[in-house]
Amino acid sequence: MSQDIYPQLKEIIKPYLPEDVNPDAISHESHLVTDLNINSTHLVDIVLDVEDAFDITIEDDELDKMETVKASIALIEQKLAAR
Amino acid sequence: MSKQRVVITGLGVCAPNGVGVPAFKEALETGKSGIRFYSELEKLKFSCQIGGMPLISEAVKTKYFTPLQLRNFNSAGILYGVVAGVEAWQDAQLPTDEEQCDFDSGTVFGVGSLGVDKYRESIYKIDEGNTRRLGSTSVQQTMSSGVSAYLGGMLGLGNLVTTNSSACTTGTEAILMAYERIKAGKAKRMLAGSTSDGGPYVWGGFDALRILPSKYNDKPTQASRPLAGDAAGFVPGCGAGALVLESLESAQQRGAKIYAEILGGSSNSGGQRNEGSMTAPNPIAVKRCIEDAVVDAQISTAQIEVINGHLTATSKDGLEIKNWSEALKRSGVDFPYINSLKGMTGHCLAASGSIECVASVLELKHQFLFPNINLHTVHDEVLEHISESKIPRVKTALKFNYLAKASFGFGDVNCCLIFKTF
Repeated sequence: MSQDIYPQLKEIIKPYLPEDVNPDAISHESHLVTDLNINSTHLVDIVLDVEDAFDITIEDDELDKMETVKASIALIEQKLAAR
Repeated sequence: MSKQRVVITGLGVCAPNGVGVPAFKEALETGKSGIRFYSELEKLKFSCQIGGMPLISEAVKTKYFTPLQLRNFNSAGILYGVVAGVEAWQDAQLPTDEEQCDFDSGTVFGVGSLGVDKYRESIYKIDEGNTRRLGSTSVQQTMSSGVSAYLGGMLGLGNLVTTNSSACTTGTEAILMAYERIKAGKAKRMLAGSTSDGGPYVWGGFDALRILPSKYNDKPTQASRPLAGDAAGFVPGCGAGALVLESLESAQQRGAKIYAEILGGSSNSGGQRNEGSMTAPNPIAVKRCIEDAVVDAQISTAQIEVINGHLTATSKDGLEIKNWSEALKRSGVDFPYINSLKGMTGHCLAASGSIECVASVLELKHQFLFPNINLHTVHDEVLEHISESKIPRVKTALKFNYLAKASFGFGDVNCCLIFKTF
């Protein structure tokens, strides 16, 4: 499952990268803010894009489960399984 | 501390009849109208279905904004302001430091209402109970200071970064405020300008006031007729203008190109007293504003050679001419040359003052007068005070040094600036 989610998530994250961060820098371990330098206000946009792409709803108190790529994939998998 | 002289070292513009200074200058010289018919206004049953909007290509957008900035972006005022503001900054050949801010450079960039289309988009989501889906940028795209905030970040400005708002006086006032800050020694460089959204949600209120022309929907370029006997109301417009103001010392130190000098200016209000109201000017205050600007510039009224008027093509044009004539104590053939850009651009509302100041500075720098277009018969009330020979209808070469520019706005507010060749 996570093999399918990862490339999709990577595409979602890409537009929010600062201009000086190469998309190749995205890995499973990446922390969106501290490693990829994504402006933290954009996390809400990433959440909305993830919701649209996977047809799931992420609650406000789950935002801290999306700090890294790996944690985000886990959360998406959990949401998809519970659907 | 000695007062700083203030010069203009950069220009940028996003006008209905030209985006970018070269295109705008050509439009001024040829008397090109930027007024077009909009089927959207027809569909919405507007009386006036025409207006002036800058035509911004995708290429221009991507030149000034990153793909991330353009994501969910829907604020025309910020778009226009950034296109004009960054053009002016680059025209002044000022560097942008990606690492550090410049504490000597700031901006006063005015607006009327900003991000109206983004606001509308947000309001629909909120009313559907979908506030959480607004995204991260709805605040910055709709706050009044959004345009100065975008510019401040793009240019790394570290001095005053703010937005002023005084209806159709906004642009001229922004330049006066920036001028005063440099003159007082509190900044070396200020990006001064203003921007206005356009379209149905901005123009609707004016249509409801029945002060826009309704008989020109099939001939839009002829609709805006400042000073004319058959003037039928103002044509709504939008866009942005921007000027880099700089202390003479800073400009000379870095060998900058200098377009013109700002000698002084004044702003006041008629307090909605006497003949003044929310929508009409108190003539005593208008005249005093012009007189005070001349005094502030330390010149005499006899030295003004050219006036760039507010002149919107409503029934108030005659009164404006009377006020200029009485304030300067000059009439007939002794009156300065006068023109109004609004024949070509319509009334760009909060952006009008700054766009018209860019036009004025180009006239000074290149020693010409742009034509008053759509002027066939001058209004009788105008001819009661000044000679027809002072109202150019074709592009006219002119050697001159002093130009006065004034703007007036709802709320009975006035602003006048005096420019000089350098």
